Amino acid sequence: MDDQEMLDSVLEPQGPPPPPTEKIPTVIVDNMHIVYKVYGAGAGKGSATSALSRIVRRKASPALTEVHAVKGISFTAYKGEAVGLIGSNGSGKSTTLAAIAGLLPPARGAVYTDGQPALLGVNAALMNDLTGERNVVLGCLAMGMTYAEVREKYQDIVDFSGINDKGDFISLPMRTYSSGMGARLRFAISAARSHDVLMIDEALSTGDMAFRKRSEERIRELRKEAGTVFLVSHSNSTIRETCNRTIWLEHGLIRADGPTEDVVKEYEDWTNKR
Amino acid sequence: MSTVFEQRAAGVADPDAGLGPAELAAKYGLTISGRRPSLAEYTRQVWQRRYFIGAYATAKLMVQYSSSKLGQVWQVLTPLLNAAVYFLIFDLLLHVSKGIPDYIPYLCTGVFVFQFTQAAVLSGTRSISDNLGLIRALHFPRAALPIAFTVNQLQQLVVSMGVLGVIVLVSGLPVTVNWLLIIPVLLLQSTFNAGLAMFMARIGAKTSDMAQLMPFIIRTWMYLSGVFWAVDSVASKLPHWAGTLIEANPALIYIELMRYSLMDSVPASSLPHHVWIMAAAWAVIGGLGGYVFFWKAEEEYGRG
Repeated sequence: MDDQEMLDSVLEPQGPPPPPTEKIPTVIVDNMHIVYKVYGAGAGKGSATSALSRIVRRKASPALTEVHAVKGISFTAYKGEAVGLIGSNGSGKSTTLAAIAGLLPPARGAVYTDGQPALLGVNAALMNDLTGERNVVLGCLAMGMTYAEVREKYQDIVDFSGINDKGDFISLPMRTYSSGMGARLRFAISAARSHDVLMIDEALSTGDMAFRKRSEERIRELRKEAGTVFLVSHSNSTIRETCNRTIWLEHGLIRADGPTEDVVKEYEDWTNKR
Repeated sequence: MSTVFEQRAAGVADPDAGLGPAELAAKYGLTISGRRPSLAEYTRQVWQRRYFIGAYATAKLMVQYSSSKLGQVWQVLTPLLNAAVYFLIFDLLLHVSKGIPDYIPYLCTGVFVFQFTQAAVLSGTRSISDNLGLIRALHFPRAALPIAFTVNQLQQLVVSMGVLGVIVLVSGLPVTVNWLLIIPVLLLQSTFNAGLAMFMARIGAKTSDMAQLMPFIIRTWMYLSGVFWAVDSVASKLPHWAGTLIEANPALIYIELMRYSLMDSVPASSLPHHVWIMAAAWAVIGGLGGYVFFWKAEEEYGRG
């Protein structure tokens, strides 16, 4: 157990809120397979002549590799649930989220959702050349808010992100931010609107303690607003604090699905045995 | 291998037991994730994002030259330098200007108006791939991006048009009522450009090779569009069908109309036949066609 987890368990003794009583499905994943096509991997000699001879001989590019990232998973998520996704690196967690968000087409099977699921990831950049201030305004407008709504929420977003805690960073271009600051601002922007389905990919792990506390609170609020939250994290304590249900993925398959306590425990036993 | 723990709600009679995933989805009104909305719904979404389109275009304009010392001065300098280069080559060295009165405003109008369309094509091609971060982070109709780029270029063109107005006046040409025609010409060209930008956005999102190929296509188009010389002198020597084809070129039409609006020395008789009808037709066909073409692949942008 690392320091972070110790701190967490001290600061958040109450654990995640109870599971919902009524069962209204918000996300249905039905036997979903995801296959990536990757260009430019292991591309032979990579010279112009070899590329030309390949085209002349009508051979498929050797640079094209297929990766079967998710191999048929099914689950249903309900209103008011917070679902944690755990598993080792490359088990298909982030891919699953991207597919629920509609950013990756399933090769087989289907994903049914209610409205527009929002995906928050640490790698998703907004506009780096623009100031944080402009990013807040543009991000809110892109989500369909009006100027009046943006004005109303602007201060909350800046306060929530904590960007201005160490001086006036909000008026600097986003490229000058540290990766943690950028992730915090992006999380704050996306969380400003209530989403029916919110998916968070490791976003919390980049912030500092104070920010983690605020985001965990915000996730609870979003759940109360009758939404469904998905959380991908490698921190078992974060999963325990925020999720009432956990799905454990391994090699693109569901290894376990159920109440967080049971699944995380089984996952921990498995990790320790290896 | 896989463990499914018993749900806590088990024991309570589940009214949805026995329903397949698709039936369950239908019962609660869930739809396939990332599916493209209908054209009417999509248009409504784009209209709802009009503030975003405006704000994005302006933001792009602000940062464009932010890394250079002269800053926004480049907005005026860039078109002027461009015109200067073409003036050096086509007037001073090649003497193409023979027989064209007021060659400098003639050339500058051609260069500025063509550059508007050229920018639409080039930035449209990259509008999806350059904004993957934004596309993957937030949900919004993707057409907002190529449209915002077109608005951004229109803002730049307005600056260029100010420069052009000064050039025309310095050349000794008068201000006429025809200057009012600049507004409809710009509106028609902007609509056409937005459609073209959306068309190229879909092509560019699918085929990354397009970005390499575009500069060559653009250059060919520019030489065919009468930026430097009067195309009718070339067209009259070609067979009739080829001449008609060259005169139907949308870039040529918008350039000729802008010259007619700005320059007193360009008579209406020098314009191609049915020029206003063609300008409007290109705006409708280009604008609507590009929009529908872009919408058809809406669910695929930013994937992979």
